Parts: sequence; C-alpha cells; structure tokens
Amino acid sequence: MDASATNESKLMHMDVDLSDQQSLQRGAKIFVNYCLSCHSAAYMRYNRMGEDLEISDDILKENLMFGTDKVGDVMNISMRHEDSINYFGVVPPDLSVIARSRGPDWLYTYFQTFYVDDSRPFGVNNLVYKDVAMPHVLWELQGTQRLVHLEETGSVYYNPNYKNSLDLVTTGKQTEKEYDRTVRDLVNYLVYIGEPIKLKRTKIGIWVMFYLFIFLVVAYMLKKDYWQDIH
Amino acid sequence: MAKPIKTLVNGLYNLRDWVDSRFPLMKIWNEHLAQYYCPKNFNFWYFFGSLALLVLVIQILTGIWLTMNYKPSAEEAFASVEYIMRDVNWGWLIRYMHSTGASAFFIVIYLHMFRALLYGSYKKPRELLWLSGMAIYLLLMGEAFFGYLLPWGQMSYWGAQVIISLFGALPIIGDDLSLWIRGDFVVSDVTLNRFFSLHVIAFPLLILGLVGFHILALHEVGSNNPDGVEIKQNKNAEGIPLDGIPFHPYYTVKDIVGAIVFLIFFFAVVFFIPEMKVPGTQGLFLESANFIQANSLQTPEHIAPVWYFTPFYAILRAVPSQLGGVIAMGLSVNLFLLLPWLDRSAVKSIRYRGRNYRIALSLFVISFLFLGWLGLQVVTPFYTWMARFFSVIYFSFFFLMPFYTASDKDKTVPDRVTT
Repeated sequence: MDASATNESKLMHMDVDLSDQQSLQRGAKIFVNYCLSCHSAAYMRYNRMGEDLEISDDILKENLMFGTDKVGDVMNISMRHEDSINYFGVVPPDLSVIARSRGPDWLYTYFQTFYVDDSRPFGVNNLVYKDVAMPHVLWELQGTQRLVHLEETGSVYYNPNYKNSLDLVTTGKQTEKEYDRTVRDLVNYLVYIGEPIKLKRTKIGIWVMFYLFIFLVVAYMLKKDYWQDIH
Repeated sequence: MAKPIKTLVNGLYNLRDWVDSRFPLMKIWNEHLAQYYCPKNFNFWYFFGSLALLVLVIQILTGIWLTMNYKPSAEEAFASVEYIMRDVNWGWLIRYMHSTGASAFFIVIYLHMFRALLYGSYKKPRELLWLSGMAIYLLLMGEAFFGYLLPWGQMSYWGAQVIISLFGALPIIGDDLSLWIRGDFVVSDVTLNRFFSLHVIAFPLLILGLVGFHILALHEVGSNNPDGVEIKQNKNAEGIPLDGIPFHPYYTVKDIVGAIVFLIFFFAVVFFIPEMKVPGTQGLFLESANFIQANSLQTPEHIAPVWYFTPFYAILRAVPSQLGGVIAMGLSVNLFLLLPWLDRSAVKSIRYRGRNYRIALSLFVISFLFLGWLGLQVVTPFYTWMARFFSVIYFSFFFLMPFYTASDKDKTVPDRVTT
C-alpha cells in the first residue's frame, strides 16, 4: 500500500511548485470543500496555513473553516471513526503527511484515474489504487471516465499511458485542462501541508551555506598559518 | 595591554591555577592536547575520528531538545513528531539534524573504520583500541535500531518486528529472548517505551563511556599514521618523537577545517534534501513509508532496514535458512573483532603491503558496497545469487586472511614518515 507498491516510473509526473502561492490558495479551497468532510489533516493548523499562504484570519474563518471558529485549531473533522467504518468500510486516512508517504506523482495520477465500475459500492474504481473505498469526490469537476483498455501487470492495475486506457463518458464542470490545474493545485497544497516549512527551509539553507563557506576560507587560512613550519 | 584587560587575563590565570591545584586540569591539558604528540603526516582518512565525536555531540544535543517534546507512547509518538516539525520553534531543524546525523554518523564511522583497514591501525599494540572501537560500533547499531522505532511509522514498526523476530530464530532461547526484548508478545507500546529508555539514556551512557576508553587507549599507545611507522621509535634529546607534532594547536586547527567541510555537506542535506530521495529509493534518510503511522494489521509491501544496515541484511537474506542467515549476519559484523589476529603480515600500512592484501581489500570494499545496494532491493532470484556471490567474497576477506597476508610480498617500511 505504500508508494513503492506501484511502479513509480509508470505514474504520471507532476512538477510541484510551492512558490505558486495562488495555486496553494486554490488548493486549500479545494481541500476544504471536497476532502475535509471525511479526511482530517490533524497536524495542520488553520492559522499556520493563513500565515504561510498570506490568508487573513477573517478570510480563513469565512471561507475555509467550517467545523470551528478558532484559527489556532487543527483541521480535524467531526465524523466519528465508527461511522466512517459503517459508510466506507475503513477510516479515511488523515491527510497531513499523505504527500510525504505517497508522493506527488502518485497523488496526481490518483486524482486523474477514477473510472466507472458498477461492481464497487460507490460505483467507481481507480487505476493506481485498486478497489479503493473512496468515491470520486471530484467527479462533478472532471466528469466520469470509462475503462477502455487495461493491461494487467503483476498485482496492480496500471497502464503506461493512462490517458489511453480511460475515456471520458460524461463531461464535468471543468474542461480537461481546467481539471488538470485543479488537481495540480490540490497536490501542491497536499505537498505543502505535508511539510509547511518546506517553503522556507531552502532559503535559510542558502544563507547557512554562505556562512559556512566564508568560515571555511577563514579557518583554512588559519590552518595554513599554523602549519607553515611543518614539513 | 590596557590595565583592565591585564587584570582580567591575570584573573583568568589565577582561576586556572586555583582549579589546577584541586583538579589535574593542566596535566590533562598537556597529556592529551598540548603535549600529546601525533604523527605529522595525518591525511584525509584521519579526520573521521574527530568528526565522529562532532556527530556524537550533535546527536546528543539535538536528542535532548527532541526529548523535550517527543512522547514515547504508541498513541502519541507519531503525532508528537509532527508537532515538533510544525509547532515547536525550529523543531523541524532539530528533527532533520537528528535524522541526518544518524546517517552521517554511520558514514563517518565506516570511513573511520576503513582507515584502520588501510593503515593497519588495529594491529599491535592497538588491538584494544580496535576492540573498544568495535564495541562502540555495535552499540551504535543498537542505538540506531532503538531510535528508529521511536517515530512509530510503518517502517519503524515492521522493521523492529522483523529484526526482533530474528532473535526468535535462535534455538532454545529464541522465543523467551524475543519476549524479553519486546516486553510483549508483539511489538507494542511496551516495546516503544523501553526502546525510548535504551535510546535516550542507556546506550548513550555506554557509548560515552566507551568513547572515553577508546581515546584513553589511543593516547596510551599513540596514534598510527599513513606510513604505519611507529614515531615513538625516533625521539629527540627531550624525548619528543622526531616525526611528532603536538595535537594542539596543529590538529585542533586542522580538525576545525575538517569539521566545517563536514558541516557544509551535513547542512546541505538538512536544508535541501533531508529525506535523501535518491531515484530508485523511497528516501534513504527518511523513508516515505515512515510517514504512515504504525499499523499492526497492515504489512508494508517492502520492508527494508535503513541503508547503514543493508550490507548485513543482504547477507542475512542470502542464506536459505533463517537460523543460518542470523548466524551469517552475526558473523559478518563480528568477524572484524578478529582482525588483529587474522592479519599475519608484519607491515601495517597498505603503502608497503604486497599485492595480496591490496586485492583482498579492494574486493572487500566492492562486495560491501554491492551487498549494501542489494540489501535495499526487493528479493529476486538473480539478486539472491548476487548476494551469495558477494557474501562469499566478503567472508573470504576474513577467513583467507591468515594465508594471503602470511604469503604476501611486503615492501620495506621506512624508519621515518613520508607524506
């Protein structure tokens, strides 16, 4: 079930861009509207998101917070575990660090490859996560897809060219390009909540490197000075 | 000097003398630093001892601060690590320094041990130095193993389950031993709590004690060097080795340079690639699977130990029987202990050794690296045969050593050091 279960080179690739703040903000909106009803993000605080994505407390409360009014709260949900198991057969996993375990490529492919399957309780299946218990929550944006051609390899259904194996049956509110952007925004956001400090740590690291290189030059000159008499 | 500065400096000297008349401060300073004479020809391979000490200090300091917020219970452990990553000020930095430090420790130690293989630093009169170093290495492996359970991720849990079950493979005592280690019938909250104690206090205390012993043992006989020449055999009228220079200031100032180069690599990883997600892996320093909370009902598809254990893991898997594999693995780690007595050559340094040892050591390094890579891979029939092939080379390095070192055509060792 972990990321190594699917052959990673066969996944659709997505370039994550955490510097695109607008993408992250759109992703936050998508996450809160479509995912947060069943999936918690129990390690992510609303006001951390507000600070990092430059969203004010008021906008947070108005648009992104439904279950609570304290901006310092974490993104918990009110659905109880017993109820989840009743509805889905499993507790929808917490998504705080899902991008760190699955990886962005897996998530990107996952959201793109739901297809109609009448044998499943929610009428859908998925090409990277066989017999997933999750309904296709984004169906109204993407539309529904039909499986056209499938190559069964090993124990996991996948096809090297996902676009060829799925046909759009009914259209959704978004075009293919718009939906692709929606998924990218969502995956960008999930990568962000997986590690909020990622936005900043590279910049800090560059300063640290500067300091260390200057220190190295000075220390080396000192060493040379002491050692000049040793042969 | 201005009057106030002169007074301050005099004051400091007086303080030093006050302590020194009550504690062997200057004796220790002189014996171990200012008048401890080292060979003047230390090279790249001689940085790793002081670097190991640096990494130990980094691990202890970051460990202290992590322990302030980490919660050692199955319920709270995973969440507490995320709390440290997000809500504790600079918690993410402390966490990444600790996880990177663990891998850095093993890189440094393997290179430190390799130096001994290159220059014969395990040979008489340094056998006890070598044995104490091996003891530290074994404790370090235990320390890393206990520490890896603490984040309570899937790989933490299942890795521990696999390794502890290996102890269960031992005849007669196996089941009781596993039960004793785990404190329970399966890896559980009980196991986590005791591994926390072992990781935070028991093993660090033992390691610190042994490091002290290790350094004292070194200073008693004096350091080896890349030429394998005993510098104490050529002293001047004052009893100072002709090829010796005092550790302080020469090697203190040189080791600072070494430390900074190390820290550049170290912090590059911490800030830019803390997971070390090399293509073809799930993260060598922080595994993807460990970002899923431990679940006793769901086994990950691929359980692998962290990279620094993989050579030995490959040897374990190469043997068809479980007990055979455990014995082979135990042997592969512990054969190093016998090196001072397996090596029958009178020559210390590879610079003056014959062709046999050079070839043997090269093959050993190649097999170690291949076994390390194999230990990370999913088992296939081809990889199993590769592992068996390289295991044979690995063990041959040790078992055939008395023969190929005795018959080796060594060169003449000079009296004085060269470069």
